[in-house]
Amino acid sequence: MTPVYLDNNATTRVEPSVVAAMLPFFTEQFGNASSIHAFGAEVGGALKTARRELQALLGAEHDHEIVYTAGGTESDSTAIFSALESLPDRTEIITSKVEHPAILAVCDHLEKTGRARIHRIGVDKAGRLDLDAYRAALSDKVALVTFMWANNETGTIFPVEGLAEMAKAVGALFHTDAVQAVGKVPIDMKSSVIDMLSLSGHKLHGPKGIGALYVRRGTRFKPLIRGGHQERGRRAGTENAPAIVGLGKAAALALQHMEEENTRVKALRDRLEAGIQQRIPNCFVNGDKDDRLPNTCNVAFEYVEGEAILLHLNRAGIAASSGSACTSGSLEPSHVLRAMDIPFTAAHGSIRFSFSRENTDQDVDRVLDVLPGILEKLRDLSPFWAGTNETPKAFKPVYA
Amino acid sequence: MWDYTDKVKDYFFNPKNAGALAEANAVGEVGAISCGDALKLMLKVVPETEIIEDARFQTFGCGSAIASSSALTELVIGKTLTEALEMTNQDIADFLGGLPPEKMHCSVMGYEALQAAIANYRGEEWHDDHEEGALLCKCFGVDEGMVERAVRMNKLTTIEQVTAFTKAGGGCLTCFDGLEACLAKVNAEMVAEGLLAEHEAYRLGGTSQAVVKQKAREMRGFVKAPEEPKPAPAAAPMISLDQIALVPPPSSAAPSASGGLTMLKKIRLVEETIEEMRPYLRQDGGDCELIDVDGNTVKVKLSGACVGCQMSSVTISGIQERLAVKIGLPFRVVPV
Ligand SMILES: Cc1ncc(COP(=O)(O)O)c(C=O)c1O
Ligand code: FES
Repeated sequence: MTPVYLDNNATTRVEPSVVAAMLPFFTEQFGNASSIHAFGAEVGGALKTARRELQALLGAEHDHEIVYTAGGTESDSTAIFSALESLPDRTEIITSKVEHPAILAVCDHLEKTGRARIHRIGVDKAGRLDLDAYRAALSDKVALVTFMWANNETGTIFPVEGLAEMAKAVGALFHTDAVQAVGKVPIDMKSSVIDMLSLSGHKLHGPKGIGALYVRRGTRFKPLIRGGHQERGRRAGTENAPAIVGLGKAAALALQHMEEENTRVKALRDRLEAGIQQRIPNCFVNGDKDDRLPNTCNVAFEYVEGEAILLHLNRAGIAASSGSACTSGSLEPSHVLRAMDIPFTAAHGSIRFSFSRENTDQDVDRVLDVLPGILEKLRDLSPFWAGTNETPKAFKPVYA
Repeated sequence: MWDYTDKVKDYFFNPKNAGALAEANAVGEVGAISCGDALKLMLKVVPETEIIEDARFQTFGCGSAIASSSALTELVIGKTLTEALEMTNQDIADFLGGLPPEKMHCSVMGYEALQAAIANYRGEEWHDDHEEGALLCKCFGVDEGMVERAVRMNKLTTIEQVTAFTKAGGGCLTCFDGLEACLAKVNAEMVAEGLLAEHEAYRLGGTSQAVVKQKAREMRGFVKAPEEPKPAPAAAPMISLDQIALVPPPSSAAPSASGGLTMLKKIRLVEETIEEMRPYLRQDGGDCELIDVDGNTVKVKLSGACVGCQMSSVTISGIQERLAVKIGLPFRVVPV
C-alpha cells in the first residue's frame, strides 16, 4: 500500500531533481562562495543562478532584493526586528490573530519585554480579516504591519496588496509571511507595494532550513544576524550553498507548475471536499471558500476528536493533520480555529488535508474510501452522537 | 505523534465493550464535548452480589481517551463495587502499559466516571456536580474534589502535573491560586499522614505564576492570558448592579484613578458592552451576565454552553478585549 501524503502545508517531499541539483555542492563543489580561487568562483556562479530563479518566481525587479535565511521563521524574525530598529520613533506593530507562531511568538515577546505595542487584528468566522479593526489600529506610531499572505491551517488568503497600501499610507513598513503562498499563487513583486516577504524552501519541494526574505530595494533594513559581509551584509554567515541551489531549482519548478497547482491540484482538492461533504454528515469546511489556497482543505467533523481520526487515517496509510488540541500537546484547539470562533464541538474534530502536485486522483479515492467508515466508527463510540443520529440532516450550524 | 504503547493502540483501534448498555443500572458521565473529551460509563451491577456483570462505554476523545475508557471496562467487569472503588487511575494507565505524561488526564477521566457510576448506582450525589463554589477550574469544569483525588492518588507535587492529570489550569489560568492552594493543602495532609516526604511537598508560592502562565500560553498557541490582577484603584467602591439601579452614585465615585470615568459611568459602559455581546454568545448556546464591577475587576456569570469548558476562557478573553477596545481601560474579567 503506497502511502498517501496529504500534509503538504507541513512540509513537502524534496523533488528528486532538486536533490540531484544539490548533491555536487556537498562533494566536488564544496568551495566557499566568498573565496577568490576557482573552488569559490564555481559556487558563486551557482548561487547567482539560484538567486535569479527565485527572483523569477517572486517577480522581483532586482535579484539583490532577496536575502537568504535559514527558513521562514528566521525571515519573519528578521522582518519584525528590522522594522522596529529602522523606525525608532514608531513602537507599534499590527498583526493578526491567526499568524504562524513565527510571528505571534515574536510579537508576544516584544510586548512582554515592553519593546512594542501589539495590535492583533481578529478575523470573522470564515477567517477573513476585520478590516475596520485594522483601519482603526493604523497610525503614525505603527512601525510594521505584518499579515500572512495565506493561512497555513485553512488556506484563507488575505488581500495583502490592499492591506499593504493602507499601511504605506501611514508610513508603516509592510511585511507578509508568504511561506504558504509562494509557489501556490502567482506573485509579482514588481507591481506590488509590499516591502518585505518571507518564504521557506521546504514548502515548495525544496530543502528544509533554507528560506528567504524579500526586501524591496530602498527599504530601510537592519540585519538580525551580524558578522561577515554575505548577502550584502544583510545576513552574515557562509552561504548554505547546497540548500540555496536546491531552493533555486525548486523555485524554477514551482513557476513551471504554477498553472497545474491552480487547475489539476485545485480540482483534486475540490473533489475531496465535495466527496467528503456528500458522504459524511455533520461536517463543514473551515476558511474562506472563495479566497483560499488551491491546495488546502480544512474540514470540521462534529462529535469526533481530531487525533482519533488522524490515528485511523495513519493506519490506513494516509497522512493529514489536525487543529485538535490533543495532537499538539496543548489542551485547547488551534488558535486559528478559535480566532475564527469555530465552536469547540467542531474545532476539536478539524482535519487539514493539504495537497501538492505530487498527489493523484487515486489519493483522493483512497481518502474517500476510508474516511466515512472512520467517522462512522468514531461517532458510534461518541456519547454525543447517538442523540443526533436520527436527524443528521437537520443539523444547521449557525457558523458554517 | 504520541508515543502510545501497543496496548493503547490496540484498545483504540479495537475497543472492547464500546457502545450503549441497555440494561445498565449504574451510569457515570464526565467531561464535555467542548473540553475535548467526555466519557459515559454504563455498568450492569447484580444487586445481590454487587458484582459488575457487564460494562460499556461511549467516549468522545483522542486515542488515549478511547483506549483508557475501554481498559476501564475490562478492568471492572467481574469486580464487586467495593473492589472497583479501590481502583485508581494508575491501574488504568498500568493496564495499558503506561500513558504519555500529558495524557494522564485520560486515565483520571476513567477513574472519575467509575466513581460517578457507582455513586449513581447507590443513589448518592456524585460530588462532581459542580455546585456553587466547588468548581476550581472553570475552563475545564474541574472541581476541587477531583483535583484532591488526583493529587492524592498520584502523589502529584507540581502545578504542571495537576494540569497533566486533570486538565485544570490548561486554559486561562485564572484558577491558578485555587489550584495552588488545593495542591499545597493536600500535600500537607499527605505529609502528616506519612504518604509524602516533607521536602517533596508543594509549598504555596512554589511555582512562579508567570512561568506557568507563559508555558500555558505557548502551549495554547500564544493566546493572551488575562492580565495579572492589578490592585484595584484606591477606595474603588463595591457597587452591585441593583444598587446602581436604585440609588444615586455614592459620593466616593467621583472621577476615579482609572481614566477619569466615574464608577457609575464605568459600570454603565461595562454593562453596555456585555449586553452587546450577549446575542453572539447566545448564538453559540451560552450566555453571560454582569454580576459586579470592583475597581478594574469585572465579575460575570457564564451560563449555558459557556460553563465548565474552554469556551469560558475564550469568552472571558473576548469580553476583556471588547471592554479594552470600548472603554480604553484594562479590565480583568473573572467568572464567578
Ligand atoms: C505561515 C508559515 N510561516 C512560517 C513558517 C515557518 O517556516 P520554517 O519552517 O521554514 O521556519 C511556516 C511553516 O511551518 C508557515 O506555515
Ligand atoms: S484554566 Fe482553570 S479556569 Fe481557566
